[in-house]
Amino acid sequence: MNGIEKARGILENYDGPDCRIMEVCGTHTHEIFRQGIRRILSPKIHLISGPGCPVCVTPVSFIDEAIYLALEKDCTICTFGDLVRVPGSELSLQTARGRGARVRIVYSPQDAQVYAKNHPDEQVVFLSIGFETTTPSCCIAVRNAAADHTGNFMILTANKTMPAAYDAMKDSTDLFLYPGHVHAITGTKVCEDLVGQGVSGVCAGFTGRELLTALAVAVSEYQKGKPFFRNCYPRVVRPEGSPAAQAMVAEMMEPCDAQWRGIGTLPDSGMRLRPAYADFDARIRCDIPPIEGHANPGCRCGDVLRGEITPHDCPLFGKVCTPEQPVGACMVSSEGACSAWYLYGEETGGISHE
Amino acid sequence: MNDTVTMAHGAGGKQTSELIQKVFRAHFENPYFTADDASVLPAPKGRIAMTTDGFIVSPQFFPGGNIGKLSICGTVNDLSCMGAKPLYMTCAFVIEEGFEMAKLEEIAAAMEKTANEVGVRLVAGDTKVAGKGQCGGVFITTTGIGEIQEGIETSGKLARPGDAVIVTGDVGRHGCAILLARDEYGIDADVTSDCAPLWKPVEAALNAVPDIHVIRDATRGGVGTVLYEIAAESGVGVCLDQSKIPVDDKVRGVTGMLGLEPLYLACEGRLVMICPQEKADRLVEVLRGQKYTENAVIIGTITKEHAGRVIMTTEIGTQTLLPEPGNELLPRIC
Repeated sequence: MNGIEKARGILENYDGPDCRIMEVCGTHTHEIFRQGIRRILSPKIHLISGPGCPVCVTPVSFIDEAIYLALEKDCTICTFGDLVRVPGSELSLQTARGRGARVRIVYSPQDAQVYAKNHPDEQVVFLSIGFETTTPSCCIAVRNAAADHTGNFMILTANKTMPAAYDAMKDSTDLFLYPGHVHAITGTKVCEDLVGQGVSGVCAGFTGRELLTALAVAVSEYQKGKPFFRNCYPRVVRPEGSPAAQAMVAEMMEPCDAQWRGIGTLPDSGMRLRPAYADFDARIRCDIPPIEGHANPGCRCGDVLRGEITPHDCPLFGKVCTPEQPVGACMVSSEGACSAWYLYGEETGGISHE
Repeated sequence: MNDTVTMAHGAGGKQTSELIQKVFRAHFENPYFTADDASVLPAPKGRIAMTTDGFIVSPQFFPGGNIGKLSICGTVNDLSCMGAKPLYMTCAFVIEEGFEMAKLEEIAAAMEKTANEVGVRLVAGDTKVAGKGQCGGVFITTTGIGEIQEGIETSGKLARPGDAVIVTGDVGRHGCAILLARDEYGIDADVTSDCAPLWKPVEAALNAVPDIHVIRDATRGGVGTVLYEIAAESGVGVCLDQSKIPVDDKVRGVTGMLGLEPLYLACEGRLVMICPQEKADRLVEVLRGQKYTENAVIIGTITKEHAGRVIMTTEIGTQTLLPEPGNELLPRIC
C-alpha cells in the first residue's frame, strides 16, 4: 500500500472523537477543494476555513484609505490584483478607477518600486498586505527605494502576523493546519509554544500528497488525546525558519495593533515601518485622516473567517454575492473561503457533497 | 515605397494600389485573387461552412508566429472543426498610421505561407488606415468558406455518454507565450505559441474516423472553456483524468507562479475531439502520425452524470470540480 492510499484510508475511516481542523491558510483551502479532499473525509472530520487569506482579513477601512490616497491625494496605487475588487465603504478601487483613480496591478512590491523609479512625476503607493511570507518582500521594496532614492515611493501597510490570529482562533478549532509558507519564514517555535497552551497542529505543504499526509497525521495524533505539533512539511519548513528574513523585517518594521476583518483589533498583530523609514510610510507622508470603514451589514465574512459559519450559511452567498459581483472580501480573493466554496460547487449543485 | 504606412495608403488612390500590389498581391496572388469589386468563384458541390474572425493580438509578433499567421490559422481551424475543407478566404486589414512597411510584409508573408500549407486561397481583401493611436498596430479580420466533407457532421451538441475526450497536444501554450511576450511579469521562460493550421490533421482524422462527434478549437478560454461549452450544449458531464492532461513543463512553471490554470489559457493549434470510445485509440494513432497533432492523447470521457460540469480525477484519486472560468482572462490574446 503506498503512502497516498494509507493516508486516504486513515481519513476515510477515521472513527475517533469529532475533530475540527482549521485551515489557517487560504491557499490550503483552495488546494483542499482542488484536490477533492473534503469529499473523502470521514464525517467525523470537520474542516473549517480560517482567517489566513490576507485579502480577506484586510478591513474595509484599508480600502477606503487607498481610495482616499488615489482620489484626494492623486497618488498612483500599485496593488496585488485581488484587492482591486474588494468593496470599500462606498467604492472599490475598481469603481474608483471610473472616477479617475490610477490603479495598477503588480505582481510584487519590487515591481511597484521600479514603477515609481520610472515615473518620478507620480506619487506611487504600494498596498502592503500579507503575512510573514509577503512582508519580507515589502521590506525589500522599501530598502531598494531608500538605496535608489526613490522618494516618490511609499507603502500603505496592513501587514499582519499569525501568532495573534492563532491565539484569537484557538477556541474555535481542535487543531490547526498551519500554513507552510508562513512557517518557512518564522520557524516552528510558535507552534511548539502553543502545544504548551494545549493547542495542537500540523504544518502542511500544498500538494495533494502533502495535504493528505498532514491531515492523516493530524487526526491520528488527535486520537491519542494529547496536545501535539508535527512538522509535515520539513523539506521547506525548518525549526529556525529564515533568520535572514526575520532579521530584515525586525530591522525595518515594528509590531502595531491591527484590525482584522471579522475578528476586530488584535494587539501587536500588525507590522508597520519603523520611524527611520517614515518617509516611505504613506499614512505619515500623506497625512491620512482616521477612517472608519462600513461593511455591507448583510455580509458575514467575519463569521466565516472565525469559522463560526460556513459560507453557505451567509444569506448573501451565491445570491447577491458571487465572484462576478462580490460583496465581501472572502468572495473576491482567489484564496477566500467563499470563493472556494462557490467555484468548487460546494452546496451549489457541485459534486462535493452529492 | 515609404518605410511606414501613411494615411494616403488608405485613401484609395495611387498609394493604396501600390500598397496592394507590392505587399498583398505579391503574397496572395492566385487565379481568384480579384481586382474587381468581388471575387467570382466556382461553387463547391456539397454544403459549405462559413466563418469570420477578428484578430487584435498584442504584441503582433510573438514566439511561434505573428498576427498574420494567426489570422489564417484561426479561420482555417474554425472551418476544420466543422469538417470543412478550407477553400477561400478574404482578409480585411486596419493598419495604424506609421506602421512599419517591413513588418506588414512579414505579416503578409506569414499569411501566404500558412494559406499555401493548407491549400486555401485568399480571394479578396480590404485595407484601411487608422490614425495614429486609433488602433494598436494592425488589426486583421479574415472570413473563410469551406466545403463540408460528405457524410461528416460535427457539433458541440453531439457528445454522448461513453465518448472519449481527446486533446491534440499540450494545452495553454499560446496564452502563456503571449503573456510572456508582453514582458509585464518579469518572468523569463522560453515558451513558443502552438499557433498552427489544423486542416490536414483534421482531414486525416475524419478519413479514418468519420463519426467524430465534436471537434472544437480551444482558442479563447482554452480547453476548459471548450469542455464547459460542450457539456452545456450536449447536456452531458465531462470527466477528465488530471494526470493525462498534457502541459509543457515551462508552461506549468509560469502558470504555477501566476496562479493561472493551464486549462483556461488559450491555444491556437489545439483541438478537442470527442468520438465513440471504441474509435478513440484509432483516432489518436492517426493524429499522432500528423504534423501539429503528434502528442494527441485521450484525457477523459463523457458521462451522463454531472451534466453541464467538468469533473477531474486528481493525482490522489479523488474527484473534484474544474471551477468554471473566472473573469481574469487575458485581454487581446488573439
